[in-house]
Amino acid sequence: MPSVTYVNSNGSRKTVSVAAGKSIMAAAVENNIDGIVGQCGGNAICGTCHVYVDPSQLSLLEPARDDEAATLEIVAAERRPNSRLGCQIEVKPELDGLVVEMPEYQL
Amino acid sequence: MSKSSIVIAGAGQAGFQAAASLREKGHDGSIVLVGDEPSLPYQHPPLSKSYLLGKLDHAALQFRPESFFRENRIEHRAGLKIETIDREAHQAVLQNGEAIPYDHLILALGARNRPLPVPGAGLKGVFQLRTVEDADALRESLDRGRQVVVIGGGFIGLEFATIAAERGAEVTVIETADRPMARVLSKEMSSYFRTVHEAHGIRFIFGATAARLSGNSKVEVVETLDGQQFPADLVLVCIGVIPNTEIASQAGLATGNGIIVNEYLVTSDPTISAIGDCALHPNPYAASGIIRLESVQGAVDQARCVADRLTGHPAPYCSLPWFWSEQGTLRLQIAGLTQPHDHTVVRKSPPGEKEGMSVYCFRANRLVGVESANRPLDHALARKLLSGKGETPGPEQVATADFELKAWVKD
Ligand SMILES: Cc1cc2nc3c(=O)[nH]c(=O)nc-3n(C[C@H](O)[C@H](O)[C@H](O)COP(=O)(O)OP(=O)(O)OC[C@H]3O[C@@H](n4cnc5c(N)ncnc54)[C@H](O)[C@@H]3O)c2cc1C
Repeated sequence: MPSVTYVNSNGSRKTVSVAAGKSIMAAAVENNIDGIVGQCGGNAICGTCHVYVDPSQLSLLEPARDDEAATLEIVAAERRPNSRLGCQIEVKPELDGLVVEMPEYQL
Repeated sequence: MSKSSIVIAGAGQAGFQAAASLREKGHDGSIVLVGDEPSLPYQHPPLSKSYLLGKLDHAALQFRPESFFRENRIEHRAGLKIETIDREAHQAVLQNGEAIPYDHLILALGARNRPLPVPGAGLKGVFQLRTVEDADALRESLDRGRQVVVIGGGFIGLEFATIAAERGAEVTVIETADRPMARVLSKEMSSYFRTVHEAHGIRFIFGATAARLSGNSKVEVVETLDGQQFPADLVLVCIGVIPNTEIASQAGLATGNGIIVNEYLVTSDPTISAIGDCALHPNPYAASGIIRLESVQGAVDQARCVADRLTGHPAPYCSLPWFWSEQGTLRLQIAGLTQPHDHTVVRKSPPGEKEGMSVYCFRANRLVGVESANRPLDHALARKLLSGKGETPGPEQVATADFELKAWVKD
């Protein structure tokens, strides 16, 4: 299974194996990773699974769809060029080793 | 206060969130989350969306895995119904007589489906949709339903109607009002949804009320008050909800169309709060001043508001209401409370963008909400605008050709 590393805003890291097809948000929730809320359940609507994708890996991802791009406008923490919604990133073998950083707050 | 015992009655969206937020915000005493459903707390919205389509499994519905409750010292007691609240003794009493003591009690009891009060409503093939068990039963029968009748043209009924139609069923929606989602949507947005749904083969019967369901071993016909008959092998009843207020009113708490709370979400007893679908609360965005919401936003933000108060940071509840619904090719999003309104401005997607539109709703010249179909950016910006304190555009401004919502939103 591909592995994904979550980096907390205080720098602590947790690496988990994620079944292909699962989202970064869903995997975080299942693994009790703090810093990702996922209030709307993965609909790209609430903006509480905001992550910063490691810039060197950004090109591995599909570009954000219009609904994700819209919600990135209202995330609570600073929006950066590598901001994405965890619920819209589906894990697949090519993403093995993905590193995402969580912002300090989601609300 | 932080060592106090908090009991949460109802382990749905609001109850779960209250428990999680209390710990997150530093409550150090016990948290007992009592729910009458057998499973770990789970989300409802996918039940009429991805879960019904088989795209999500049971585990994916749960807010958090079992270990979360253990690690956060949240005692989740599943499958137990609270029968009475003993306010003198400060105890929530279960069906089996067990009394759970509380220093503070949070009522997060939700709402239940309004039953269809007509003969034949209990026939086989007649469904409702609220719990995961309801969804499992419906999912199981979905592919056998060829002639589907949905009674009630609200959000959940229409979400289901679009799914059934996509699966090739012949779908009829029977609605008492003269348009879909009439209670909550502007005429313009309502008619847009109607047109798109009809283009996908959904038939609407407006101004009609189901009077009788009949059939031999299972439902075969739905008959309306005016005598129209619709053949059916699957019927979904979605005619609204009734808030679960009974244990509150029996305990002498003030109730109406919900459990009545003040702006801090406290009931008429200072040691009891109420949140989510069951709470009739003051809301600065409601024209009438008080309202009962049925939304994820309401449940979650109210839970957080109470958790803040119980951990020493009281503040009145004042979150902007927002909502979404997924109906086939259309995603509806609502920012603010658009009802009632006296003026609307409709803005359609410009050529070259995905088809959709937003309806800006005004009350006495003030922008009170924006309804969007496939216009997620309008929704996001409207939420930011309406929850801020800044100036909002008037109807003439929104109606100008070069109107840009973004220009009004300050960072
Ligand atoms: C099919 C469906 C689709 C939806 N789609 C959307 C959507 O797209 N967007 C949106 O914003 N909202 C949607 N909603 C609404 C949203 O799910 C609710 O507003 C939200 O769940 C309310 O949370 P709550 O905690 O108040 O109530 P609930 O989540 O209903 O939880 C209440 C819980 O309390 C339990 N309970 C009741 N009485 C007792 C008792 N005496 N003792 C113990 N337990 C008790 C109930 O069994 C239930 O488990 C949808 C709802 C449904 C049913």
